[in-house]
Amino acid sequence: MIGNVPFVVCMVLVLLGLAALLFRRNLIKVVIGLKIIENGVNLYLVATGYVQGGVVPIWTYAPPDAAMVLPTPQALTLTSIVIGLATTALMLAFAVVIHRHKGSLDGRKVVELSG
Amino acid sequence: MNLALHAPILAIAVPLLGGFALPLWAKFGRPLRDLWLLLVSAATASLVGLVAFQVYTGGIQVYTLGAAWPTDTLAPGGFPIRIVLAVDALGALVGLIATLAALVGFAYAARYLAEEEGKTLALTLGTLLWAGMLGMAFTGDLFNLFVFFEVTSIAACGLIGYRTWTSRGPEAAFKTMVLYTVGGLFVLLAIALLYGEYGALNLAHLARLLRGSTVDRVTLALLLGGLLMKVGAVPVHMWAPDAYGEAPAQGVILLVANTQVSLYALFRILFTLYGGLADPGIGWLVVAMGTLTLLVASLMAVVQMDLGRLIAFGAVSQIGYMLLGVGVGLTVLASRPAYGLLALQGGIFHMLNDALAIGLLFLAVGAVEKAAGGRNLGALGGLGHDLKWTAAFFFLGALALAGIPPLNGFASKLMIYQGSFLLSPILSALAILASILLLAVFVRAFQGAFLGPRMLQPEPVPSSMLLAMGALALGVLVLGLFPDLVVRHVVAPAADALWTGREVYLRAVFGR
Repeated sequence: MIGNVPFVVCMVLVLLGLAALLFRRNLIKVVIGLKIIENGVNLYLVATGYVQGGVVPIWTYAPPDAAMVLPTPQALTLTSIVIGLATTALMLAFAVVIHRHKGSLDGRKVVELSG
Repeated sequence: MNLALHAPILAIAVPLLGGFALPLWAKFGRPLRDLWLLLVSAATASLVGLVAFQVYTGGIQVYTLGAAWPTDTLAPGGFPIRIVLAVDALGALVGLIATLAALVGFAYAARYLAEEEGKTLALTLGTLLWAGMLGMAFTGDLFNLFVFFEVTSIAACGLIGYRTWTSRGPEAAFKTMVLYTVGGLFVLLAIALLYGEYGALNLAHLARLLRGSTVDRVTLALLLGGLLMKVGAVPVHMWAPDAYGEAPAQGVILLVANTQVSLYALFRILFTLYGGLADPGIGWLVVAMGTLTLLVASLMAVVQMDLGRLIAFGAVSQIGYMLLGVGVGLTVLASRPAYGLLALQGGIFHMLNDALAIGLLFLAVGAVEKAAGGRNLGALGGLGHDLKWTAAFFFLGALALAGIPPLNGFASKLMIYQGSFLLSPILSALAILASILLLAVFVRAFQGAFLGPRMLQPEPVPSSMLLAMGALALGVLVLGLFPDLVVRHVVAPAADALWTGREVYLRAVFGR
């Protein structure tokens, strides 16, 4: 019915997040950009497993000969969300430490290193 | 329980669980924590050694998770949907490199890290990083590759930035984390695209299904981009000098091993997953990235005044040599001339040599920083009068990295020069130019830090740190004096795993 629209939306989210990474200098906004990319990818994963009119993939609860959505992408997405939580928490912790030292979150002002 | 059969999964599980238990033991007392770390390290090292021994004597070792028997890779009905670990000679070699780095790092850390400065934390993160690296080296499944990729990312960034009382550590960690996370998400997006197209995650199964469609090529670009961010090749290398410069020395050697493991993942994807496409264009892309990396990084090293950052750019340039060697092999994979194998062996041999030589240099820099209280080349000088051993180790590592015979860096660089010369003479000319630049840089650094009149009174370097550096220095010498032996027995099987081993790998996973 809606065709490839979910996939297109996911890619738009990924590109939006990348744009935030490239053009935003506030460290918190960088983290938000990363989160948007991650959500785009997670949505994409879930969308690949969707079956039109499918039911929850629990064998014992499903009515006989019902179509189920794919369980694997859901498991992958769950794992990826947990990993995303860990990376976000770590990055925000670093942002807090940087703010404590420099009194600013502006990426242009806090830089001491230049790789 | 049959230990030999279960060794691959135990080698990942033991450091993972042991690492998390480390802070608990520290609550009961530091001697208990150190004893526990010793036990976990010894157990993991012997398990990795056992896996490597089995792989080198008996071929690829496959382990299936969640099956009735570890060798049942296929679910009933013949579907390859189970999670597998597949260790071939290259995976075993990379696992050994990671293990070597971890052991040397822990021995060095015993006296290098101060108790009140988060020693327990650093040791825990080091153990977790080790577990993640072993997971990346042993997995035969794309999604688990992503999971272990993120495990190493989080542990590595923790190691870079855990010294929150400095301002530079967390800044380097934040920067590194941004690039690692974007890289990880690229890899995840690629996995999602592949899953959407083929409905499989098993690496061997996907390798059989890939047809070379547009989606496959987009996926390859995403995987390549994501892994190169983690490896630190030049357009996306910004994190590497900061991270190597700001992390404590025992963490840097683990970070270096981590880039080697990520390179391995890249090679696994290029040769095993996409080996069937045999497109020379991909090989040329890798060659171009490698050449760019080694040139730009060695030029950037020239202008550095901080000893740590100077060595860090040297480390980035070495990544270029490995990419160049393996890229030459990939370019001529379809026609298989002898020089392709030579370059490939050189690239893989250089992974081992680089871990030893650059590890030695970073440990020596850490010793200088601890003894003299600083790393700025402008303020250092004359340290060679007091730190004789450290000076000797630094000199040895610098010469090895610049490719001076008879040290190990020369042996592998010569193979890369020969192989790339036969593909295009310009490549080897550029590679030699970068080596000469590096030699000049290292000689300047050595002269600035260790020679000249005695300027300050450094503290003596503890013997356990010297011992850790000595072990690496011995490796540098032995690999340099007997390169033929090492190439024939250790490197050649690993190179064959990429060169001709694709079918063997697929058959081992499928059982047919």
